[in-house]
Amino acid sequence: MVISAALVTTSQPARAIPAFARKYNLPCSACHEAWPKLNNFGQVFRDNGYQLGSGKDSPIWQNPSYWPITFRITPQWHRESSSNQKVDSIPGDATSPPTEKTLTSHGFDLSGVDIWTAGTLYKNISFSVLPSSDSSGSFHFENAWVRFDDLLGSRWANLKFGKFELDNMISEKRFLFLSANGGVYQLYHFLPAREAAFLSSGANPLNPGFGLGDNQLGVELAGHSSNSYTRYSLALLSSNDGNISVPNSSYDGFATVSQAFEVGGLGLQRVGAYAYFGQRPTTFGTAGGTPIAGVGSNNKSFYRAGLNADFYAGPVDFSLFYLHGWENAFLGTGMPGNAPLPAGARAPTWNGGFVETHYTLNPKLIFVQRNEFVRMSRQALSSDPSDLGNLDAYSFGARWYPIMFSRAGLAWHSEYAIVKSAKTSQVFGRDVWSSSVFFGLDFDF
Amino acid sequence: MARRNYNFLRALSLALFLLPGLTSPAQESHIGNLTGRADPGKRLYHRYCIGCHGENGDGRGENAPHVDPKPRDFTTGTFKCRSTPSGTIPLDSDLYNTIGRGIYSTAMPPWGPLTRQQRADLVAYVKSFSSRFREEKPGSPLEIPQEPATSRESVDRGRELYQATIKCALCHGKEGRGDGPSAATLTDNKGLPIAPYDFTTSTHFKCGESDEDLYRVLMTGLDGTPMPSFSNSLKPEQAWDMIHFVRTLHTESHWSIRKLRARKDTEVDGFNALK
Repeated sequence: MVISAALVTTSQPARAIPAFARKYNLPCSACHEAWPKLNNFGQVFRDNGYQLGSGKDSPIWQNPSYWPITFRITPQWHRESSSNQKVDSIPGDATSPPTEKTLTSHGFDLSGVDIWTAGTLYKNISFSVLPSSDSSGSFHFENAWVRFDDLLGSRWANLKFGKFELDNMISEKRFLFLSANGGVYQLYHFLPAREAAFLSSGANPLNPGFGLGDNQLGVELAGHSSNSYTRYSLALLSSNDGNISVPNSSYDGFATVSQAFEVGGLGLQRVGAYAYFGQRPTTFGTAGGTPIAGVGSNNKSFYRAGLNADFYAGPVDFSLFYLHGWENAFLGTGMPGNAPLPAGARAPTWNGGFVETHYTLNPKLIFVQRNEFVRMSRQALSSDPSDLGNLDAYSFGARWYPIMFSRAGLAWHSEYAIVKSAKTSQVFGRDVWSSSVFFGLDFDF
Repeated sequence: MARRNYNFLRALSLALFLLPGLTSPAQESHIGNLTGRADPGKRLYHRYCIGCHGENGDGRGENAPHVDPKPRDFTTGTFKCRSTPSGTIPLDSDLYNTIGRGIYSTAMPPWGPLTRQQRADLVAYVKSFSSRFREEKPGSPLEIPQEPATSRESVDRGRELYQATIKCALCHGKEGRGDGPSAATLTDNKGLPIAPYDFTTSTHFKCGESDEDLYRVLMTGLDGTPMPSFSNSLKPEQAWDMIHFVRTLHTESHWSIRKLRARKDTEVDGFNALK
């Protein structure tokens, strides 16, 4: 499970758009605290529908030779290690009893590639299209949306339609970690151990699970004050975790609000809250034994809710995140909604949080660190160990930007990350430790 | 020889004593109850401004060749948007407001999303590029009288001033399209071609959107450009007449114009917000 998560995360796209820097003749550092993490100026630009408000936002002002497309890819060397992985006790003999051992690999590699175009179609109509590949070159649409900005002349009414990132105050798409174990917020994707095992078995292809960090399909109404100190977002989303062609005929909802305030020379502080309410099918119709897309039934609900904050103290800032999660007992145990629950089944709940620290020595050098934890407060089955699936994750890194012009960006990224997942090894139920060492040249143009 | 060394040390001590007094006004800015400092301002300048205005503030950043009009050369101490008389240095609040508001239709975006303290720090650092801020004091800020109500008579008087008396039409054109007979010959203080403003395309102006902002530009001019100050040739009521006429040149809807005309700096988080 950890390895598959690692494979997914190596293709996790992160966001920065040198095409905008070229359009406006601004350095990356104007919009990014450290590329790709946005600062408030970049947040306002994004909230305004990729418009600076300087009178030159419309496409008619663009130089005909302007190339509104950004490429991003990261050649890298990395080392991955996971303890207590299931292997055959006699290599090559599938009938031999399974055992566990530590698997380690290292070598030179490539990330996936982002080919991103975004901007304005017209005044107050913005768009984004991001075909993104995994490292093997298999493409999907990471996002594709059109946004109508300043409806009725109000910045409090902006309507986005398509596939997009949830308006998470702490964005996983624009954070500063790239390694397989550090390159995701564990909390944004955490599922109780039994449910995670059930979903990875593929037994219910119409339930893709849920990740707060996954881009979703739907419509969003969002608004903000002129300097984006006050922001809100409401979204109605298909219950398919952003997966194309899995309509499921049911809907989720997401709401978030945040407020920023200035504290003298310390800088801008921001606090916020969010909640996601969703449902997933637990049964589905078939034709000839094959699941019929979009004909899920016996939907069962789940939610995530919590608080977040970003506190600045000069060159140091702390991102704080708290989450409470709840899943219906049928989802938590992987049982069909039209079948009886096993004895002792109940709705699993958990709490988690992280503290992420950034020390921006200057616009070209930043040090990052993150401590993250997840604690189960109620297991799906009362017979399960109380700490089954608990997570502890630590990441440390540095990014140096030798090139950071208004035309392109290049960062030397180094990172170490380690994750402990309690009692989740498949054979003996031991703790699984996974670690990553990562060095790469992260560049975009 | 010993005596000479003694004098040298005495002179050095005096210089060190006087130096902070000579330099500190330019190393700080004062906007309302904010005090901006050049040291943090320098870090912000390197993050946000250096690409256009250059490391030395001379407007020769890496992007300058691609930008039109060219970025401001801070070393001259000459600024377009001021509340002070033409030829004088601006108030700290003028620079603060310009940073927050940006300069419409140029590459200078509104930096309002920066915190108040950050903008004040940037003002302090921008001032450090020109010795004028150490050697001169800003002129007295312009008093803006109450705006009279717009009327047909006021617009007619403004039209007469625009077309014949002040001859704005020579540069801005008869219909305000920036295509007057002199338009093609205009240059800025660097000798670079500069186009007169086209009043028909937008209700935004370089130094603000409200009628008060227009009044200020009319009476203090845009230093560094051919747009002069008319404070000696226009009475306040005539200046308002001119503004009422210029507003009729816009092609945008009356609704949006009304909204902008009444807009105050408080809405763009300008200095007035701190009062």
